[in-house]
Amino acid sequence: MTAVADTTARPRRGFFSRLWRFMRSDPRAVLSIAYLTLLVVVSVFAPVLSPYSPLDQDVANLLLPPDWNHWLGTDDLGRDVLSRLIWGAPNSLYASFLAVAVAVVLGVPVGLIMGFVGGWFDEVVGRFIDALLSFPPIVLAIAVTGALGIGLTNAMLSVGFVFAPFLARIVRAQTLTVKNALYVDAARGFGASTAHIIVKHIVPNAIQPVIVQVTLMLAIALLAEASLSFLSLGVQPPAASWGGMLARAYNYIEIAPAQMYAPGLAILLTALAFNGLGESLRVALDPTMKRR
Amino acid sequence: MNRGFLLFLVGRRLWQLLPIVVFATFIVFLLLHLVPGDPAATLAGDYATRERIEEIRHLYGFDKPLVVQYLTWLWQVLHADLGRSLLSSAPVLDLIGQRLPNTILISTYALVIAAAVGIPLGVLAATKSGSRLDELVTGVASLGVALPSFWLAILLVANFSLKLNWFPATGAAPITTDPAGAIEHATLPAIALAVGIIAELARQVRSALIEVLNAQYYRTLRAKGLSPYAMLWKHGLRNVSVTLLTILGLQVNRLFSGAVVIEAVFAIPGAGSLVAYSAINKDFPVVQGVVLVLVVIVILVNLLVDVLNAMLDPRVAYA
Repeated sequence: MTAVADTTARPRRGFFSRLWRFMRSDPRAVLSIAYLTLLVVVSVFAPVLSPYSPLDQDVANLLLPPDWNHWLGTDDLGRDVLSRLIWGAPNSLYASFLAVAVAVVLGVPVGLIMGFVGGWFDEVVGRFIDALLSFPPIVLAIAVTGALGIGLTNAMLSVGFVFAPFLARIVRAQTLTVKNALYVDAARGFGASTAHIIVKHIVPNAIQPVIVQVTLMLAIALLAEASLSFLSLGVQPPAASWGGMLARAYNYIEIAPAQMYAPGLAILLTALAFNGLGESLRVALDPTMKRR
Repeated sequence: MNRGFLLFLVGRRLWQLLPIVVFATFIVFLLLHLVPGDPAATLAGDYATRERIEEIRHLYGFDKPLVVQYLTWLWQVLHADLGRSLLSSAPVLDLIGQRLPNTILISTYALVIAAAVGIPLGVLAATKSGSRLDELVTGVASLGVALPSFWLAILLVANFSLKLNWFPATGAAPITTDPAGAIEHATLPAIALAVGIIAELARQVRSALIEVLNAQYYRTLRAKGLSPYAMLWKHGLRNVSVTLLTILGLQVNRLFSGAVVIEAVFAIPGAGSLVAYSAINKDFPVVQGVVLVLVVIVILVNLLVDVLNAMLDPRVAYA
């Protein structure tokens, strides 16, 4: 049965009953949304939630294993690991959203213009995008970060720049499909202006794959930030980041092996949540996909 | 397929690649100009005299238009001159030559592992589409895509090097003089690199094969009474092979990206750790050199994939 037939057959229900149906039909989306909401809350209330300051050093208590005072132990400078984990969340979210925002701002308009204008512009920019996509993404991001100056914001601007061509390609393809669709021809026949066609037909049709792609891209951006911070090209010490915590934990892996788990798990779960949300959105937004 | 036609294919593809190569080299060239301030002063290093800066400005033509500068730079690159490291003043090409083999080794090793594990998993999931097994493979694949490779690398070191002592934790051995040692050193890094690609391959092979299995002609074969295995080998996988090669070719990019972090974890003197170290220490000629060499390799691999595809599938050749 298709999703369309489903909605017409379904009687009107209350909000909670619909919510329950949604939770039953797509547990992955529910889990992802719940986890990401929690992460946002933790990020916003990090100053209240963290038991210690993420920067306070305690030289008498270095590399402690987890106990009642320090639930996840302390690092090589005696800083509370749980507090640093909590303070790493806003940095990771900021980094992911910044990179993806840059990719959207650069990629979407370029893709739209390529698809709409076509001709030599499309040809030239298309080759430029092919060239950009030939670079190993992290390598190019590192090179651009090194050139701009090392730091989280520059690193994520670079990552966003490297991601932009992917979005441009998707928007271009979508624009081409819609531009040549019969109903757009009809609209043009009725005297619709170019602006009207872009705003009323192309943007609404191109937006769905972009939303899906953007959500999936948040996961890749998060992993990129963790990698760059691990290499000390992203978040700069003493500020907390999950990738940077792993780099420190790795140096003391034989003395305090327990410390390599929490930051890695945080990165994995966050990436899983972004991916889960993206995949669910793909199914939910695609009218041709069958729901089980 | 005769040799003349093959040459024609390669030639046509090279001609199509030309603008991409021009843009790619231009992007590498522009990296130096992204650095805030005077590029001549940047290249001269921190303790350069005014005369030295002027000398470099003249040598690289930084006082001339951008296009002239690019062509000057490209001319030097074509003569195998990538400049010298600002830190060690060694020729950049020598540095890359020493380190690239280590990156190529772990990348190739990882690709072999990924293909050996990822492709069968994808085929298995596709033929048993909708089953518990399919759900398991798809689930593990989504986990693999989200797993930070350097974390996996750390966990591998903790368990298989430090605890069990099966593999060396860090470093690399030269493949020419000590092949067994090289493979031993490269095994854990290759596994860490491979996991993300296994997940990607399993997913893509699964969806490509499912598409073929649902095609009309495939149903006809079944109606003809062909055995399921003959169908899968002769028709299913053959039709996926072109897609598969393309997907494999695209992984080279990911491998080089992953190698940067993995080489850092295992302290491997490779091209990836060189680019990260040089970026941190503002050694821009080395950064440019490594990026250039890697992008050329990626473009060449894609050329190879295109030609192989054309040989496998006449529809691609005549397109």
